[in-house]
Amino acid sequence: MIFASVGSMLPFDRFVQAVDEWAAQNPQEEVFIQIGEGAYEPRHAPFVRMMPHQEYRRRLEECTLFVAHVGMGSILQGLEIRKQMLLMPRRAELKEHTTDHQLHTADRFRHTPGLMIVDDVPALHAAMTRLLAEPLAPSEGISPHAQPALIAKVADFLRTGRTIRN
Amino acid sequence: MSPRKPRLLALASGGGHWVQLQRLRPAFESFDTAYVSMFDSYAEQVAGSRYYVIPDASRFDLKSFLPVAFKAVAILLKERPRAIVTTGSAPMLAFILLGRLMGARTLWVDSIANSERMSTSGRLARKLAHRVVSQWPEVAAREGVECWGAVV
Repeated sequence: MIFASVGSMLPFDRFVQAVDEWAAQNPQEEVFIQIGEGAYEPRHAPFVRMMPHQEYRRRLEECTLFVAHVGMGSILQGLEIRKQMLLMPRRAELKEHTTDHQLHTADRFRHTPGLMIVDDVPALHAAMTRLLAEPLAPSEGISPHAQPALIAKVADFLRTGRTIRN
Repeated sequence: MSPRKPRLLALASGGGHWVQLQRLRPAFESFDTAYVSMFDSYAEQVAGSRYYVIPDASRFDLKSFLPVAFKAVAILLKERPRAIVTTGSAPMLAFILLGRLMGARTLWVDSIANSERMSTSGRLARKLAHRVVSQWPEVAAREGVECWGAVV
């Protein structure tokens, strides 16, 4: 089962349409899409605009491939449960976000084990097919919490208004 | 709820901002923490803590901050937090500004998604919050703020 999500805030019609096209070409595969506030409504896969967090977590855990935008919420939650991820960045020039920070995030996380980042729709289609047949090696997973140094400094600043030194 | 613990207001917009805030929770242990975000369904993740839902606002539409500001005043008056922490985004600037005016210590942790430059909201927060940190050392150096580490 493929779970595809544009995240929780902005439309990403190019992505939703791409996943829908793949679903049309692969009717044997189950696909479910969270489309947010997009104008394009899938015709070949069931979808919701936004689901409660608990259902989102359940679908994320149950899917065999998680397909999403290059949002940090998607990346962190996918890494937390070691789910293979296929990600395509939003582009500001196509009005898919206010800035190109998803391209920057893509550069930073491109080599992270357990996820694959593609730049366009043809690559997304090819990778969806390939990752179902040959899944990525799972990531080592991540701690459920931030780096200990960050936690210590945030805690200390909130308590005292000062910054501890390393 | 222990009456001895000081109060903390922990804020984040929905999605990645909220996921990052959740990863900071061990830092909130010495506080009686209330949470603020944008989706009802997040309440379960912070069960046992007070949780408030606010509307979204865009930094491109100043008018959209008004409902957030009203809600912020109501929450701040009710909570009277000693400290406020947020991982963004723009609507949380209203809490930083108003909370600081009411005497709270304020911290903005810029999202890890801003790996080349700080967010526009983070740059604004530099003028409003007691402390702004970036999660990327290069960005912190370029923007004249500290980096204390990252949520992952």
